[in-house]
Parts: sequence; C-alpha cells; structure tokens
Amino acid sequence: MHLTQGTFSYLPPLTDEEIRAQVQYALDRGWSVAIEYTDDPHPRNVYWSLWGLPMFDVTDAAAVMMELEQCRKANPNLYIRISAYDRSKGRQTTALSFIVNRPAHEPGFHLERTDFADRQIRYTVRSYAANRPIGMRYRDDG
Amino acid sequence: MLVTNGTKKDQRSRWASGVIPYKDMGYWRPDYEPKQTDVICAFRVTPQEGVEPEEAAAAVAGESSTATWTVVWTDRLTTYENYQGKAFRVDPVPGTPGQYIAYIAYDLDLFEEGSIPNLASSIIGNVFGFKALKALRLEDMRIPAPYVKTFQGPAHGIVMEREMLNKFGRPLLGATVKPKLGLSARNYGRVVYEALRGGLDFVKDDENTNSQPFMRWRDRYLFCMEAVNKAIAETGEIKGHYLNVTAATMEEIYERAEFAKELGSVIIMIDLTAGFSAIQSMARWARRNGVLLHLHRAGHSTFTRQKNHGVSFRVLAKWCRLMGVDHLHAGTIVGKLEGDPNNVSGYYDTLRLDRVEPDPSRGLYFEQDWVSMPGVMPVASGGIHAAQTHLLLHYLGEDTVLQFGGGTIGHPMGIAAGATANRVAVEAMVQARNEGRDIFHEGPEILERAARWCKPLRQALDLWRDVTFDFQPTDTPDVVATPVF
Amino acid sequence: MADNVSMLDTETKHTEGLDAIAQEMLARLDKELVGLKPVKTRIREIASLLVIDRLRREHGLVAESPSLHMCFTGNPGTGKTTVALRMAEILHRLGYSRKGHLVTATRDDLVGQYVGHTAPKTKEVLKRAMGGVLFIDEAYYLYRPENERDYGQEAIEILLQVMENNRDDLVVILAGYKDRMERFFQGNPGMKSRITHHIDFPDYTVDELMEIAKLMLANQHYRLSPAAEQALRLYIERRMAQPNFANARSIRNALERARLRHASRLLASGKRPLTKDDLMTIEPEEILASRVMRDDNDGMLQQAS
Repeated sequence: MHLTQGTFSYLPPLTDEEIRAQVQYALDRGWSVAIEYTDDPHPRNVYWSLWGLPMFDVTDAAAVMMELEQCRKANPNLYIRISAYDRSKGRQTTALSFIVNRPAHEPGFHLERTDFADRQIRYTVRSYAANRPIGMRYRDDG
Repeated sequence: MLVTNGTKKDQRSRWASGVIPYKDMGYWRPDYEPKQTDVICAFRVTPQEGVEPEEAAAAVAGESSTATWTVVWTDRLTTYENYQGKAFRVDPVPGTPGQYIAYIAYDLDLFEEGSIPNLASSIIGNVFGFKALKALRLEDMRIPAPYVKTFQGPAHGIVMEREMLNKFGRPLLGATVKPKLGLSARNYGRVVYEALRGGLDFVKDDENTNSQPFMRWRDRYLFCMEAVNKAIAETGEIKGHYLNVTAATMEEIYERAEFAKELGSVIIMIDLTAGFSAIQSMARWARRNGVLLHLHRAGHSTFTRQKNHGVSFRVLAKWCRLMGVDHLHAGTIVGKLEGDPNNVSGYYDTLRLDRVEPDPSRGLYFEQDWVSMPGVMPVASGGIHAAQTHLLLHYLGEDTVLQFGGGTIGHPMGIAAGATANRVAVEAMVQARNEGRDIFHEGPEILERAARWCKPLRQALDLWRDVTFDFQPTDTPDVVATPVF
Repeated sequence: MADNVSMLDTETKHTEGLDAIAQEMLARLDKELVGLKPVKTRIREIASLLVIDRLRREHGLVAESPSLHMCFTGNPGTGKTTVALRMAEILHRLGYSRKGHLVTATRDDLVGQYVGHTAPKTKEVLKRAMGGVLFIDEAYYLYRPENERDYGQEAIEILLQVMENNRDDLVVILAGYKDRMERFFQGNPGMKSRITHHIDFPDYTVDELMEIAKLMLANQHYRLSPAAEQALRLYIERRMAQPNFANARSIRNALERARLRHASRLLASGKRPLTKDDLMTIEPEEILASRVMRDDNDGMLQQAS
C-alpha cells in the first residue's frame, strides 16, 4: 500500500534537492514551514507530532533541511511530512503539505463494514499499524 | 408610447395623470453620486429605434424599481426619491452601434436582507421583457458590503474545504461519471471506485443524475459510498462523491441530503434548476450538517451566454457566493464549453478573492468587497484533459477542482489508469511551477518527462494531446473605461 | 569542438561579470568606510579567492568551497558591524551565500535560562541566519569558565557543529575586543580552528575620525564652518583620551547633540528668515558646549546649556 496523502504522493519519492526546492518556494512566499511525523497515518489524523515549532523567521531552505535530517535520524521508519503555512488574511491555512519520509513497509488500512438497517453500511477505516501500541508501530515491518 | 423629446416638467405636471417619460419621473439622475451602500448595476441596453439611450436607461431604472407605465398618485405617499432606481450614466459600447452601458444605483432599502430571490426579482424581474428595448443584459452588479453581510455565504468555503479534506497545494481532481444516464447503481459505483482509487479526489453525479427508472437515488447513494470508502481505505486519503440531491420538492431534497449525510458523504450537490430558494436552503443545511455543497450551473447558458441579452455569468457567480455554495462550475478556458479567457479569469477572481478590483479587460465593471466572506471553489469541467494541465494551472491557479470526466473514464487502460494519469500530471506540474519553471511554455516538456516513468500518462498524452476546442467565444469583454464610484 | 569553445567563452564572460561585481562592491566599501586598510585588504583577498575559485571550477579544477567563518576584533565603533553587513552582501553577490542577509545575535539570543532551553534557541538563530551571515557580537560572553554549569557551552557546541556541517549554508562572524576574544579562543580551541579569517579593526586616527564626521554630516546635509572644524578636532582629541571612547559611534553621538544645539541656537537667535546656509552650517558653539570641553582652562571654555 502506498499512502497518497500530500501534494506530491503520486510522484517518485522527492530527492533532497527536490524537497529543498519546494521548501524554498514556500519560504520565498513568506510561509512558515513545519516538520511533522506520525505513526498513525489515518486519513483523518490531522495532528501529526510537530518536530519542534513551525519555523517562522527562516529564509533559506538549508535550515529546514537541517531539521529534517535530524527528524529522519530520530524517526527513520515513520511518516514525515513538510507543511507550509500561509498566514495571510483570507487564507490562514496550510498552503503546501507533502510527505518526505515513509516506512519501508506500509501495511495500509482495514475497511470495517458494520451492517445497519435498510441495506445501509457504516464504514470504519482502521490503520493496521495503529493496532499496535504507540512506540511499537512500524518496527520490523510490523 | 414614450415621449422622448419631452421638456422638463414642473412639479405639478409631474403628477398629472397620464404617461410621461421615465426620464422626467426622476429615474434619470446624471448628477447622482452613488452611495457606498447602494447596489449598482451595469446594464447593456439596446433601445428600440427612436428611443434615446438616457430614456432607455431611465426606463430600466424605473421598471426595476418603483415605476409602472403610468403615473400613480400613491407614489406621493412614499419617500419615492429614496426608492427610485437612479440611472446616472450611459456610455455607448465602443464598436457596437446601438448598444449602451447604463449605470443604475439602487438604494439598499429596496432589497430584503439575505434573499437572492428578492434581489433577482427586483433587478431582473420584469424589465427584461420591456418593449421599448430590443435587448437588455445585466453585465455586473456591485453589491455593497452591508448587503453582503446579510448573506450566509459559502457553507464552508475554500479554506475549510481543504482543511476538511486534508488536501493542500494543488488543484483538486474530479470527474463526472459517464455515461451520465443509463448505468445501474452497481455499475455506476464501479466507475466511482475506479476513479477514486486511481487518484482522483472527487467523483460527481451529473446535473440530470437524479432518480430515474434505471437508477434510483437511494441505490446510487449506497453503492457510491461503498466505492468512496473502499477507495479511502486503499489510499489513506479522504475522498468524496458529489451526490446530487436535486428533486421535485424541498421535502425530497432534504430527505436525500439527510441520507447522504448519514452515509458519511463529505459532499452533496444541487442543480441551479432547483432554484435560488432551494439553493439558499441547502447552503444553510450544508453548514449546519458539515457537508460541502457543490452547485451545478445547469441551465445558466440559456441566459448568460448571449452578449446582448440576459444576465452575465459574473453576476450569477456573485449571487452563488452570496447564496452560500462551496463549489461552482466557472469555465475552463481551454475546454469544450463557452468561456472567453479574460471573462473566465474575472469569474475566478469574483469567486475566490476577498476584494476584486474593477478591470474592464476582464469584464469587471465594479470593485467588489466581499468583507471576508469565504471563497467559492471554482470547478473547471467540460472537455479538459491531462495534456492541458499546464494551461489549466497557469490560467486557473491551484484553488480549483479540475474535472476530467472523459479524460479519466475514456482512458484506454481503464478508469483508474486515467485517474492516475491526471493526478501525476497535476502533481508534476505543481512541482515544476514551485521549482520556478515556466510551465506555460515548458508544460508539454514537463508532461513528457513525467510520462517517461508513468505509463498511464504516456497513453493519455498520446491519445488526447491534439484535442482542442478552439471556437470564438460569444461573450467577451468590450473594454469600456470603468468609471470610479 | 566549436560548441565547447563558445561555451567556455560564455563562462569566462560570466566570471568577468563576477569580477566586475567584486570590483564594484570593493569600490563602494572604499567610498563608504574611512581607513580600515588591513580590513579592506583582507576582504579584497577573500573576494579574489571566490572569483578565482569560480573560474577554476569552470575549468574543471578542484575548488573546494572555502571556509569563510571569521573573527572581527577591535574596539567599539571601529566598523565591525558595518563591515559584516557589507560582507554579507559581497558573499551573496559573488554567489557564495544564497540570501545575503545578516542576523545579529548576542549571548542572550543564543543561551537559554533553563535546561533544554539553549539548544532550540541557538538552533532558531542559526536557522534564521542560514543562507546568509550570523554575526555574534561579544562572542566571548558565551563562555563562562567560572560557571561549570553555564549553558553557554551548549550553545558553543551547537555552533561548532553547524559551522562544520553547514559550511555552505552560513558564515559565522564572531566579534569583540581583541584581548577577550583571544582568551575565549584559548578556552575553545575547537572554535579557533574553525575560524579561518581573523581580522583586526584598528582604532581610528584623529584625521580619520574627522573624515568620518564630515561624511556623516554630508550625508545629512550639514557642514562645519571652518571654526567648527577646528573645534571638532579639539573635541575629538579630548574625547579619545576619555574613558568609554567608542570611535565612530562616539562621533555620531557628538554630532547628534550638535544638531540639537544648532536647532536651538537658530530658533533662539530670532534671525528671520533663516537661510539655507544657516540651516546647514554647524558653528563652533555647537561643539564647544559639550561636557567634554568643560573643566578646561585654555580660554575656550563654554558652559553647557
């Protein structure tokens, strides 16, 4: 399974040079850049863990790349994404968000169907990895 | 019937029984300075032979506000100066003899708060059939900020839609299920599933996909939601299908919308043919229930397309933003449906920006301040395909839904492959744009490079690269110098 | 073959353009900054190295990007910050740094108050400076050997790491008094070894300070009357002998006060209309009213108002 959240998930994994170019694009627009990681890639898991605070006064992508390298070192087998935030009036939301690191093996999601009246079905999406406790996910290709 | 050379009447003769020119009844006010709170309209007027343009403008002002064809003494029981529409300027249309742009200001008191049916009935209710005019078109409307504030506006808006879907930084991708008529619910759901798992964000019912003998609405909803949820589980991404809730009565519309919500759909749709009141009702329902509302502008071309008569789409776009839809089809520039590039870019700004400046080259007659009302996501749909991705991104920007219907479902390797081709094309183009590439010129090369590793894109490009719909648009801007109010 | 030749031509032209930029920047430095001969010489050398490196690279020769971390030593007001600002610009124009901005920091910006506070603070500043130049004023305050648990050491270690690993991403300039900086390096040999350029900013001479004063005044559309010029020279000589003399900075402050007195004198004089000349000319009393000139017995004493 290949998680396709994020702006560039249908492209081959971005190289560091390509990541740097996207980050620089964001910084040049005055967007702040945050690095986030998670072991729970549920499509509605909005709040991934922040790696430090969003970087507000940075102008050069090297600063983000330095943090990314450290985040990867600490979480080599988790999902990591870079999110750029545009604080301008009328927007004040994420402007760009793309995955820059993913587990070697992505077990994906189980679709649970619960039968209901009148042929209706209630659906629940559950990450296989999240069945294991925090700290144990995405270990040994678990 | 109109006395066009009538001399200025004194106060007594103004109220004498009979017929006098609209001009002399106070509807022609060349000295009038519009107030910040006035609704201002620009009409394209084509008077009958022998009717002078000022009289025609005054007639429009009269017929769209307080007047009737004859003098009524009961006017004198009112502060009629306040309620009269005021034509204050008439300009000949350059290069088109016989046509004039008339500017008319209306006091805010004329309109009910938050009601598009009322605004529409007032401004376009009667006057378009007026005999003294050969043709009449409402070109643009400046809606004053205090009036804007009486409307709900988009149930969620562009920002909230993206946060709800967890999708940022690129155009969203959709497709309309084809064939739009005849598929059984089960087969219909298959198309939805394939397109979503292949990479689209949305699939959509068409305007006339309602509840016909071959597929009843409830069955369609059930199969579509199975497809949507299956695709969510396979990709880990939020997906949606615009379930069309349009029906004969409000009761049925609500019933369908409630069912869609219960099944967990993130979005429903309604047709313009359902009427302004139905749309306003559904916008309120959509906000209350956390469901996005897509509007299909079914039927609009009957009154928006002809340049000399009807209502411009830019006015309709403003009304739709006020009514509170989250999505509106607004043209593609490069696709199969009518849309002059400059006009379309004006529609997109009207839907998305917080403040739109007047720009005659794009058909924008007035400034429009939306006073922080959220934007409507414009939808580009109709004869577009992956080989045009660079043009679409260049012209339309990233806050848009690109709907490649035929361009997804007609892919030789299947629907999922078609969806993948489109998604790869969009992501590669956004990536290139962000890297500083000149996508307008280098677009084809950028697509070719992506096609080297993406076979579905390779096939899409080979199949559709040369398909264009290059016809002269009917509705184009005239570039009249815009007065400043 | 023909293609190769033409390519080489364009590249050479490009480098020539780089050289022209370097010359222009250095000429501007000469014009804007009085004196500082050894400083300018060193900047010229660095600029030359960058231009030649570029040319070498174009010819396929090894040209490892040089380490440009620097140390500026000298007394206050000798132009260290100004030169750092220019340096950031030069490095950017010559293609060494990507952004060319200068981030100025002191101990307070880098060192935290409690455990775990320092690393994010230091990194924050370093990240802001990436693509440009980080100027750490009075860098020796980072190091407090008398306090074993001082968090300054943590900041120094992070600095060192980034100075080594991100050489291409930022240039660090440490600045401060010469003697204290030397003591700092003794305690932090790692830091010393990572700094290739030690540039000493000499104190200005009286003549140079006079020139600086005139330049400052000219920029603000003022001038000294001949008598005021004499008075200012006398003032400078005395001020230099006093404690807390801060070279150009002291001159700037003295001139600011002179402007105030000039304005008061003009209004009090009752002279109307005031000519453009009146409005521009600083007279001796503006200088002599200074406290520096008090306790004097050479007859030029004036009471400060």
